Amino acid sequence: MVHTLSRRDLGEKDALAFSGVALTYPDGTAALDEVELSVKRGEFVSIVGPSGCGKSTLLKLASGLVAPTAGVVSVDRDRLGYVFQDATLLPWRKVKDNVGLLLELHKVPKAQREARVRETLELVGLDAFSEHHPRRLSGGMKMRVSLARSLTMDPSIFLFDEPFGALDEITRERLNEELLSLFIDRGFAGVFVTHSIYEAVYLSTRVVVMSARPGRIVAEFDIPFPYPRGPEVRFSAEFAQIAGKVSYALRGQIA
Amino acid sequence: MTQLQSPQRAGEATPAVASRNSGRGRSILPPALLFCGILAVWEAISASLSPGRKYLLPSPQSVLVHGLLAHDAYSQILPSFVRTALLSLGGFLVAIVFGMIVAAVMYRFRWFERAAFPYLVALQAVPVLAIAPLMAVVFGYSDMAKGLIVVLIAFFPIPANFLLGLRSVDAGLVDLFRLHRTGWWTRFFKLALPNSLPQLLTGFRISAGLAVIGAIVGEEFFQAGVPGLGMRLLQYLDQVEYNRLYGALILSSLLGIGFYSFFTWLSHRLLRSWHESAAG
Ligand SMILES: Nc1ncnc2c1ncn2[C@@H]1O[C@H](COP(=O)(O)OP(=O)(O)OP(=O)(O)O)[C@@H](O)[C@H]1O
Ligand SMILES: [Mg+2]
Repeated sequence: MVHTLSRRDLGEKDALAFSGVALTYPDGTAALDEVELSVKRGEFVSIVGPSGCGKSTLLKLASGLVAPTAGVVSVDRDRLGYVFQDATLLPWRKVKDNVGLLLELHKVPKAQREARVRETLELVGLDAFSEHHPRRLSGGMKMRVSLARSLTMDPSIFLFDEPFGALDEITRERLNEELLSLFIDRGFAGVFVTHSIYEAVYLSTRVVVMSARPGRIVAEFDIPFPYPRGPEVRFSAEFAQIAGKVSYALRGQIA
Repeated sequence: MTQLQSPQRAGEATPAVASRNSGRGRSILPPALLFCGILAVWEAISASLSPGRKYLLPSPQSVLVHGLLAHDAYSQILPSFVRTALLSLGGFLVAIVFGMIVAAVMYRFRWFERAAFPYLVALQAVPVLAIAPLMAVVFGYSDMAKGLIVVLIAFFPIPANFLLGLRSVDAGLVDLFRLHRTGWWTRFFKLALPNSLPQLLTGFRISAGLAVIGAIVGEEFFQAGVPGLGMRLLQYLDQVEYNRLYGALILSSLLGIGFYSFFTWLSHRLLRSWHESAAG
């Protein structure tokens, strides 16, 4: 099932807009209700919320994999990047062929594809591993391959579903920093689902807090730190204060 | 510390190399030992038989010399061996082609799977010898009928395993392909088919062994045409040629083992770079 999404209501600069979106799964589970959200290019919005509140569902709606049961989702699907919680690599393909997969699916000629793959692998620091199979990579490296695969399409809107959730703290922070420099470099619109408040505040221009199921947006926090953000931002008093506010809002939803 | 370290390092390097060599040795050694053990038991039983009953189980070297290596033995049994090998192989290839097509259609159309899968299972449950007479009526005592027995016996594991492999694609990968609006054929060739390879090869391996059984059963039932191992088995039993009977039995097993080993090797070869089953 592939749904073509309406592009009306997509404001001049909105890369993604939800208006009055609700989704009830066929089995009757009401996952989302009355969701209003818009993300512009140059914005990086993180979404935090209680487990099972519909965060992944929200990204599926944004990507068009699932159609809303009410409301309108507007997005430009042609340049959409989507990084899942698992790296979702094809285990039988070498790293370079995994990175080239999307270009291949979009029938980009081979020579052009190879050049783009090489460039992207260099960008994420995996050029030395291009001939390896995914089985031989660490979790962090697999996630980098997954990221590289999406980057080859040069997305204008980039969705992330807890991409670093399964990684250890240090690898996670490294990848956070790398993701930030990509964001600054490419200027896409980012929507990032995470369980980590620190990660959310560190990366984002805005943090959105969702309620328990059926999920809706209950609080939004603008994050004032200018980019580029060095790792030391995480140790400032202001950072701790904002993280505290987000945490408090989130606790209100869980209680 | 430094003194301790260098022998340790040397020690680290040697076992790695040694275990590689002995790894292969170790995998051949146990079956080889067991083989010698079986020969010894065989020999002992054969020796313990009273002279009047000794023909029932001739000694291993007697089977080797009179049953296999004697000129008039091998000149008769080798062509039969080739014959049976070709029959198994032919039926097996037909089973692969049709089995894969059936599974692919089931994968494409769920209603077809729902409609046809019960019959596939039933087909496997029917004792083939029960329908052999019917086939004799339809096709006569022909190679066609023998081949059909092979196909019937070897068929089921191919569509069953292939379908399992096609269906076991990770849901996230399906989402990824859907996200990029790929057609069914692209999904089939770039996702489902490679994903099914481990299961498909398992199907091949099981089916290859069954094909040999099918060929011998078919030859035993339809005792007509160029004689294969199955016909020889019955013939030697009839003629009380027990040396040759055991020789034919050994060749039949070798055929099955050969098929099985080939597909084990192929599977390892194709999957070792990416699949857990072939790790190491
Ligand atoms: N295909 C589906 N059919 C029915 N219910 C579903 C389906 N997918 C998800 N759900 C339910 O919808 C709700 C929201 O699911 P979703 O995966 O979006 O939550 P989430 O916020 O991403 O959870 P988590 O924090 O665990 O990742 C959950 O209660 C889930 O069980
Ligand atoms: Mg989720």
